[in-house]
Amino acid sequence: MNQYKNYFPIMRHNKNLAYLDNAATTQKPDMVIDAIADYYKQKNANPLRGLYELSQKATDAYENARKKIAAFINAPKEQEIIYTRNASESLNIIAYCLSDLLLKPDDEILISIMEHHSNMIPWQQAAKRHNAKLIYLYPDKNGCITTDELKSKLSAKTKILSLTHVSNVLGTMQNIKELIAIAHSNNTVVSVDGAQAIPHAKIDVDKLDCDFYSFSGHKMYAPMGIGILYGKQTYLEKMPPFLTGGEMIDYVDEQTATFAELPYKFEAGTQNVGGAVGLAAAIDFMQSISYDTIIKRETALSESAGNQLSRLPYVTIYGDKDYTKHHGVIAFNIEGVHPHDVASLMDAGDVAIRGGHHCAQPLMRYLKCNFCCRASMAFYNDEEDINKLVERVKYIRSYFHGAQ
Amino acid sequence: MALNNIYNDILMDHNMHPDHKHKLTAASDYKVAINPQCSEDEVLIKKGINPSCGDEIVLEINVENNIIKDAAFNGQGCAVSQASTDIMAELVIGKSVEEALALTDLFIKMVRGEETDEKKLEQLDEAVALKDVAHMPARVKCAVLAWHTLSEMLKERQNK
Repeated sequence: MNQYKNYFPIMRHNKNLAYLDNAATTQKPDMVIDAIADYYKQKNANPLRGLYELSQKATDAYENARKKIAAFINAPKEQEIIYTRNASESLNIIAYCLSDLLLKPDDEILISIMEHHSNMIPWQQAAKRHNAKLIYLYPDKNGCITTDELKSKLSAKTKILSLTHVSNVLGTMQNIKELIAIAHSNNTVVSVDGAQAIPHAKIDVDKLDCDFYSFSGHKMYAPMGIGILYGKQTYLEKMPPFLTGGEMIDYVDEQTATFAELPYKFEAGTQNVGGAVGLAAAIDFMQSISYDTIIKRETALSESAGNQLSRLPYVTIYGDKDYTKHHGVIAFNIEGVHPHDVASLMDAGDVAIRGGHHCAQPLMRYLKCNFCCRASMAFYNDEEDINKLVERVKYIRSYFHGAQ
Repeated sequence: MALNNIYNDILMDHNMHPDHKHKLTAASDYKVAINPQCSEDEVLIKKGINPSCGDEIVLEINVENNIIKDAAFNGQGCAVSQASTDIMAELVIGKSVEEALALTDLFIKMVRGEETDEKKLEQLDEAVALKDVAHMPARVKCAVLAWHTLSEMLKERQNK
């Protein structure tokens, strides 16, 4: 077992498992699990409310995590970091509250056909509520939105652009900085879905100049149930609150209320402090490994998987032919075998991959495949995992169609 | 559990060579049967969908004097869903509506692991090949798609 797998108890307990479903969720290292356990053993109380020492400890843990997250993505201000449950919730908040702030009938929202349903359905709903139009950007053959494609769809009516940073199916990273600059020159507000980017690349929201950036903890070694919405203060202050209730208010009388300052305006109810602590520990963990190592290993693994699978005549791989640009994601189909059967037969060989539409049905139809298999790597995977995947693909194809 | 118990010869054969995967009726107007044995008002058609995985089938049957004279399907899905549909079509042709309903009920109980009496399961003929799906809960929905669809379409007919 390689030294990196050794950080993960699940890997120590499943030595034969090639876990290649990291785009769905990553495994959790001891460092994260221990930090959560320590929080509940030593600091747990309701944060922000309690007038006693233990509550202060919980509050400190919660706010120190926020500081760490702000520094991690280079957010200019800590108040611009909002805790959510996951990237889907972050994207829902933006779609709901920003559309209330900006949209008038006949205005336009731009998204791409590559969006995860989480960055598609909230905008469909927003467009319906405001009688606005939802307009799609389509990628080039490598899975990238070109500047020409964006320019051709922008108009005076385009109020919002919401775009994935890295596609959860194709693995391709958008040239997001350039696209943001073009949208801004059109006075279009930009939201970025970074759920699949942040595990694989250093994110600097200040440098990108995005107006919003969303991600989930569980795809970057933190627990499930904690996510982040970064938003520029100027928009967050103007946007109405999403959920209302406990701790997000300032002053309440019988008919009206004023709302708390940022970030609390968007954090109604008792929050997931254990999750925030786990996310902070995951940042420490990733920094202890370093993005250099993470990127180097994942690039090599994508390249190896892509190159080996592409040599098999019955395998189709989607996205860029340069597999070093796949950010750990190889989406493919075996001719004549349904992806759900592939996933079940992979499982019988201790290989965990995902088969299906990957919550991106319009993209699947655009790729004319409806379903596909997805092997997604993290830095703790190794060449042995890739070899198991490739051998299993050969076995499954021969099981269905005889030896090639 | 060996997965080959599920992906066995019977399932693989029905998946690769489905005898009943064709159209029973004209796509443009499914009341007009292209099969000369089908009379216009006796062709039933129903779509079955597994929303979580996207498998979908269109099931067509021709009922005459309460007997299922012919059954056919189209659609797309995994080997388990496609083979299960073909096996079901084979099984219910020649059966009465009531017999077909009893068989769908028995099959669904089998793949949920609720009915294991081998004597009773013999009635299911080749469909017994799908028995081990009961050990793979994630795939139960694939196996039962066609059977649920048939059961619903027959019950709708009875309630008319």
